[in-house]
Amino acid sequence: MKTVVSERDVTVVPAVRKKRKWTADHWLAAAFLTPSVVLIFIFVYGFIGWTGYVSLSNWNSLVPDLSFAGWKNYIYLFHDFRFQADLRNTVVFTVLFIGVVVVLGQFLAILLDQKLRGESIFRNIFFFPMALSFVVTGVIWQWLLNPSTGVNLFLKKFGLDSKWYTDTTILGGFHIGKIEGGVPVAMIAVVIAAVWQMTGFAVAMYLAGLRAIPEEVREAARMDGATEFQIYRKIIIPMLRPITVSVIIIMAHISLKIFDLIYAMTGPGANFVTDVPGVYMFETTFRGNYYANGAAIAMIMLLSVAIFIVPYLISSRKGES
Amino acid sequence: MMKRRAWSRAILYIVCIMMCLFFLMPVYVMLVTSVKPLDEVTLSDMWKLPTTFDWSSYQTAFAKLAPNFLNSIYLVVPATLLSALLGALNGYVLSKWKFKGADTIFTLILFGMFIPYQSILIPLIQFLREIGLYNTIPGLIFVHVVYGIPITTLMFRNFYAAIPDEMIESAKIDGAGFLRIFRYIMLPLSITGFVVVAIWQFTNIWNEFLFAVTITTSAQQPIMVALQNLSGSQIVQWNVQMAGALLAALPTLLVYIFLGKYFVRGLLAGSVKG
Repeated sequence: MKTVVSERDVTVVPAVRKKRKWTADHWLAAAFLTPSVVLIFIFVYGFIGWTGYVSLSNWNSLVPDLSFAGWKNYIYLFHDFRFQADLRNTVVFTVLFIGVVVVLGQFLAILLDQKLRGESIFRNIFFFPMALSFVVTGVIWQWLLNPSTGVNLFLKKFGLDSKWYTDTTILGGFHIGKIEGGVPVAMIAVVIAAVWQMTGFAVAMYLAGLRAIPEEVREAARMDGATEFQIYRKIIIPMLRPITVSVIIIMAHISLKIFDLIYAMTGPGANFVTDVPGVYMFETTFRGNYYANGAAIAMIMLLSVAIFIVPYLISSRKGES
Repeated sequence: MMKRRAWSRAILYIVCIMMCLFFLMPVYVMLVTSVKPLDEVTLSDMWKLPTTFDWSSYQTAFAKLAPNFLNSIYLVVPATLLSALLGALNGYVLSKWKFKGADTIFTLILFGMFIPYQSILIPLIQFLREIGLYNTIPGLIFVHVVYGIPITTLMFRNFYAAIPDEMIESAKIDGAGFLRIFRYIMLPLSITGFVVVAIWQFTNIWNEFLFAVTITTSAQQPIMVALQNLSGSQIVQWNVQMAGALLAALPTLLVYIFLGKYFVRGLLAGSVKG
């Protein structure tokens, strides 16, 4: 067990299906599976249905009121300054976060693949933030990127003076709906913290992919006179494309439902420059008792995650059978 | 030619070390801040080493967080064991006792690990209130076991798929049934599987925040909520905050340091569709 990542970890061995007789043991097997299936159907699908129902109700106070309200809560949200800001922030966060994680993850994985001395130390340093809670990460980076301090003392020497997550500027601002579209500067601080925590995940996946590429592939290219750089650019990196798809989908579903990191690090921020649907849902439901509004936000979050996940699940199922 | 190669190696190492500095910088700041007396914890001295070691912030943090630390232990141990056991049984059925529609059921189960939990939270809390488990550690254990089913099932199913079907078949011919095969063939082969799944669930449940903050209040809260509450007070004592962050992170960090390879295996097993 020298390597952290063996090929077996990434390839899924397809289960062979054979015609078998349905015996008493099959009944027993089904009986053991049933509780889990029932739990999932109630607690995942049933509860999603119930949340959907609440999102169409008038339950916006402490007292449950499940009278039908139609799309009222959704219409309210899409006209709401805070929710519009949330949508902008989520798009900005997701794009920046995934972009950096994919590029940096691939870069570091290739770097680690160069048979460096002390590779396992480097690897462990890149991976360890994943063992931490988003809450811990949020607390540390809140201190680290405290405006007028920390990293800034360093940057000031280069004439840079960033207000990090307290900055309310929107880069490339343009008017859209009730908000200013563009990239909120404060969001960059959150992206840095998220990248710090999650890049190791991408590195691990890419490394597993790199280790799965047989050495003969490189040997053959070398025989044809390709330089190391060309081998990576023309052969290895294109071969990593399926992993990039997996990385993007996993990071997308994390970033679309992000809550704890932002809640611990910045909160909604002035003018909601770092607010996201996860934080809004939590505050409006459990601090403000606007249950129907909160349910509507949750349903929109679910939908945005499902757009990525459902095709992924279906295609991986097809790939197996 | 050799010279050029040596240069490019040197550059590789420099880049690697710089990246390491970026990843370790927060740890450095956390450590030095946590051992500073409060008057040295100023924004301008952030990067400096402390002039004297002051462990009082650890005492303060420990006094505040210890009860919640215990709550987290009471939560994470049974939740991890139960969800690993459930996952092993599900994975066994879904890989070795496949029936028509088993793959569809598996995919439907799997969807549960990707959903934003906000989308089940309102009914979940109503339900826990109904059955009297709201604001209790057993309530949180129940929640983590239920929503841990997809990931643990996935991990064990992939793990068991690597065990040859012939072994099961020949055991059947010898007259072993569903439970005997599980007990005498699968379980002895699953030690690694259990370690990987247990580490994964331990880390996730320990670090989890959304369920913890919505299902429990004050005395019942796990460590992460208590850590977040530390910064909620009017004046943030950053040295206490950093000491608290370190205490809260310690169990999962230790697990990572000593059992890191299993942690990464879990991560890869969970990230790849079954």
